[in-house]
Amino acid sequence: MRTLVCIKQVKSLGDEVEFTADGTDVDPDYLDAALNEWDSYATEEAIRLREAGGGEVVVVTCGPQESEAALRRCLAMGADRAIRVEGVEGHDPIRVARALAEVVHDESPELVLCGVQSSDAVQAATGTALAELVGMPCVAVVAKLEVGSGPARVHRELEGGLVDLVDVDLPAVLTIQTGINEPRYANLRAIKQAEQVEIEVRQSSAEPASSRIRRMFTPPRGEGAEMLGSDPAEVARRIAEIVQERVA
Amino acid sequence: MSVLVVAEHLRGEVRDVTRELVTAGKELGPVTVAVIASDPESLVAGVDVEGVAEIVTVAAGAAEFESDTYRQALEALIAARTPKVVLIGFTVNAMGYAAAVAAKLGLGFASDVHGVTLEGETVVATRSFYGGKVHGEVEFPGAATVILALRPTTWPPAEGAGGASRSTFDLAPSPSRARHVEFVEPAASTDVDITQADLLFSVGRGIGDADALPELEALASRMGAVLSVSRPVVDAGWMPSSRQVGQSGKTVKPKVYLAFGISGAVQHLAGMKASGTIVAVNTDPEASIFGVAHYGAVADLFDVVEELEKLY
Repeated sequence: MRTLVCIKQVKSLGDEVEFTADGTDVDPDYLDAALNEWDSYATEEAIRLREAGGGEVVVVTCGPQESEAALRRCLAMGADRAIRVEGVEGHDPIRVARALAEVVHDESPELVLCGVQSSDAVQAATGTALAELVGMPCVAVVAKLEVGSGPARVHRELEGGLVDLVDVDLPAVLTIQTGINEPRYANLRAIKQAEQVEIEVRQSSAEPASSRIRRMFTPPRGEGAEMLGSDPAEVARRIAEIVQERVA
Repeated sequence: MSVLVVAEHLRGEVRDVTRELVTAGKELGPVTVAVIASDPESLVAGVDVEGVAEIVTVAAGAAEFESDTYRQALEALIAARTPKVVLIGFTVNAMGYAAAVAAKLGLGFASDVHGVTLEGETVVATRSFYGGKVHGEVEFPGAATVILALRPTTWPPAEGAGGASRSTFDLAPSPSRARHVEFVEPAASTDVDITQADLLFSVGRGIGDADALPELEALASRMGAVLSVSRPVVDAGWMPSSRQVGQSGKTVKPKVYLAFGISGAVQHLAGMKASGTIVAVNTDPEASIFGVAHYGAVADLFDVVEELEKLY
């Protein structure tokens, strides 16, 4: 079975922020990059399916050259091939889905896995839009996956931990929830080998986007928390006081 | 500006988020609520609240949510009625179909939206980026219809008597390719019930690894607290899901909630923000948890734990 895993190199913000000159995003100098957490679970799940039943794991991302680091992380975990799509960047999930759809059409996978959401944009939309664009059914927020012959049996994780058992016809797009497995660590040798793998680069000019960011800003502070200082002894003393006062 | 709200229901009950959507929607224009189910009539009473102008029932599909049914129903409703704004909850169900409809019809789309404003006839949505540390205003140039998935528990639920007008909408959806089989209840808590505790000592990713848990559990116990955790601790297999606070775990409302090493993902905040007093300890001064906490300290949680151990 060929499984295509759509991944994203996400960005995280430390405790300082500056915005780009046009004000529509954070200055990249203030952002750290990493493989999206949900996508590491999706990649692991695909590798386990291959280990159990054979086939191929192809990872794909939309992003600039630096996002190849995230692809290589997946290669080091055990993915067979990697594809990077250039020309479609930014935060619009539906535009990204349009670009990914071109890859799905060419690769004809039996299964497409995405993470539920990316940690930096939290739209939980790319996989679902992708399913529609390639004519596949979609199950979002999958916490367990059983693939045999016939439809796949998946656990859709609802609010409060309730599980909706769903039978889904393949090929399908599933968005994978954290905790579905334990993503493996790549060893040093695998990481070194992954550095040598050639990544296929494709161009896309997929349009249209579904949204445009007008401006970004740091949220208003509101009243905020009353700070207890940073001396651990004082903090502990105040916590003990609060607990004693408010928990009868 | 016409507003279409898609009702969310589970096991015969309309979920609270639906009435929250009504509250958000009535600020924008007349609200129509669509109820999609095999037997929508039984759910109508649950959405007939103040602010709803019309309830349209779509008798289609299975009793429970299936993404193919909702996708086809929403597509057809948008084509027939061209609402300016469609409001749905940012829920697991909506994650399964909303973006599909937006992609197919070329609509505007944004999810986890926590603010909506109108500038003339232009819809502007506010949502978070980069772990909630930054907000963004999103617009939808040229979109005839905009689908917004709104963050649950952000707007108060609409209440009061409705008296909305009624209509039906015919739909013959193609068979579902992803079919509901049955529900499986989350594992019952075998030891403690975190929803009953007055004092929760809650720890997250900041604890680093499982080795720290016995010490933290012992301290919590001496303090008269129950130890609860955020999702990453459960994902790592260090604690059972019965101890998890958050959208996919338990919603808690203790008198005091101590959040140690929890950055405050939106899904976590949804499960604890109603707590009486929230005290957060985190090394990152910009962590979102400080946005809901009443008291906060920028400190290493283990340094504070060490001091607490001297007091208890």
